[in-house]
Amino acid sequence: MAQIGYSKKVMDHFMNPRNVGVIDDADGYGKVGNPVCGDLMEIFIKVKGERINDIKFRTFGCGSAIAVSSMVTEMAKGKLLDEAMKITRKDVADELDGLPPQKMHCSNLGADALHAAIQDYWVKTGKIKLDEVKKEDDGEGDACPT
Amino acid sequence: MSFMQGIYLDNQSAMLPDPRVLDFAKRYLIEVPGNPSALHSVGLAAKSAVEEAREKVAELINAEDARNVIFTGSATEANNLAIRGTAMRNASKGMSLLASRIEHISVLNSMKDLQKNGFQLQLIPVDSKGIVDLQALERMISKQTIVTSVMYANGEIGTIEPIKEISHIVHEKGMLLHVDATVAAGRIPIDVQNDGIDLLTLSSNDICGPQGAGALYAGPDVKIQPVTVGGGQERGLRPGTENLFAIAGMGEAARLARLEMSDDSIRLKAIRDSLIREILKIDETHLTGHATNRLPHHASFRFDRIEGESILLTLDAMFDIQVSTGSACSSRTLEASHVLLALGLKHEQAHGSMVMTLGKSNHPDQISVVFDAVKKTVARLRALSPL
Repeated sequence: MAQIGYSKKVMDHFMNPRNVGVIDDADGYGKVGNPVCGDLMEIFIKVKGERINDIKFRTFGCGSAIAVSSMVTEMAKGKLLDEAMKITRKDVADELDGLPPQKMHCSNLGADALHAAIQDYWVKTGKIKLDEVKKEDDGEGDACPT
Repeated sequence: MSFMQGIYLDNQSAMLPDPRVLDFAKRYLIEVPGNPSALHSVGLAAKSAVEEAREKVAELINAEDARNVIFTGSATEANNLAIRGTAMRNASKGMSLLASRIEHISVLNSMKDLQKNGFQLQLIPVDSKGIVDLQALERMISKQTIVTSVMYANGEIGTIEPIKEISHIVHEKGMLLHVDATVAAGRIPIDVQNDGIDLLTLSSNDICGPQGAGALYAGPDVKIQPVTVGGGQERGLRPGTENLFAIAGMGEAARLARLEMSDDSIRLKAIRDSLIREILKIDETHLTGHATNRLPHHASFRFDRIEGESILLTLDAMFDIQVSTGSACSSRTLEASHVLLALGLKHEQAHGSMVMTLGKSNHPDQISVVFDAVKKTVARLRALSPL
């Protein structure tokens, strides 16, 4: 039978989100989405020895947006920055045992916010220049009116 | 898995039929196998069940003649028949269509589809409470306007429209008035003759009948053609073997609604008013729709800085309370609710909506439980929100 509604994992991360909050002295900060479109996600990272030592998020959005945020922080925590950069949108959705088709764009936001936070750190530490920051846009699934 | 242990506040989406309705109609599932078109005695029993239901529905809306009621499979089908059937039949008299901006999608899409056949569609604006702008209607309507469609009341915001005044304008300057009464019927009195309604859409489930039946009232002077063709059932306007159980149930539900609507609405209105009063105590919370011209069982809100689907899921998973939302994120299209945007709300405001519709299972003891749950839900989601 086709899956109806959200997976158990999505509901678990939605109801008990991990790593919620703000890091005041964050080393990297990423913010993606737009409240006009119904979701806005921000991720804070603290880096120690090129590893994500701490990570927090805050999200305005639907159940899957919140679950995706929680999952991506859990997947990234403790990873080397280079490894965390390789976490894809699909990885996040897979780790949640899938998302309904119309919600796949939410998984984009999670990975995108993480990558934005890492690149913000790299810009601040001089590893990359601001104009080298990769904007992710595969042009799929975002039905936002703006 | 057992349902309905919690507090069900989504009666407008679907509700269990009244047990008395099931009791009445079940004989058409288990005793009477007849096809109403058959001439033998079993067929005639089925036929008489359909005609009895027609009488009961006609009485609910004070139709002048029960023959003016056509049974369909749903309100969506009735809306399609009302709009396409009259527009196509009367196209020689004009090709203009009017609808309020907050009509149900089955009305709007029927009209949009007719644009492919050369019809012109204009949408009538509403004010911030959802009341149709009568002056705009007067400006937009012409003798070429075949059908003007304005709903009796809106399901997302509960606002009741001034149908009598609208009818007056339509009949002075245009042709036919179609009123979608899906969410209003059985909640507030409807009188097609006194209100001046040419076409009226009804749904069985929304008046506590079984799912699978709807009805279209088409007044004595309305010329209409079928949108589905087949045999001659329902005067040829809705061919296909009748759903006897659903139709008989809809009739009985209409009879009960007519008798009990007044008491029900007093009871539900008291619960609704308390719910609204309590929930509006939560910071940055707003009522959507009209405060007083509102369906008696309907309470709808929006909350700043949080999103509606998250509200729905939290109330369901944490508190076993079922509500509805007009949020884009819970819809199939991900587009913000056209109803909330028509009120002048911004997209980000429209995302934070919650709709509660009361029914027979609700009672005053639930008010404080619901209020507490909503308050905790809003606080939980705001704590997660970067806004």
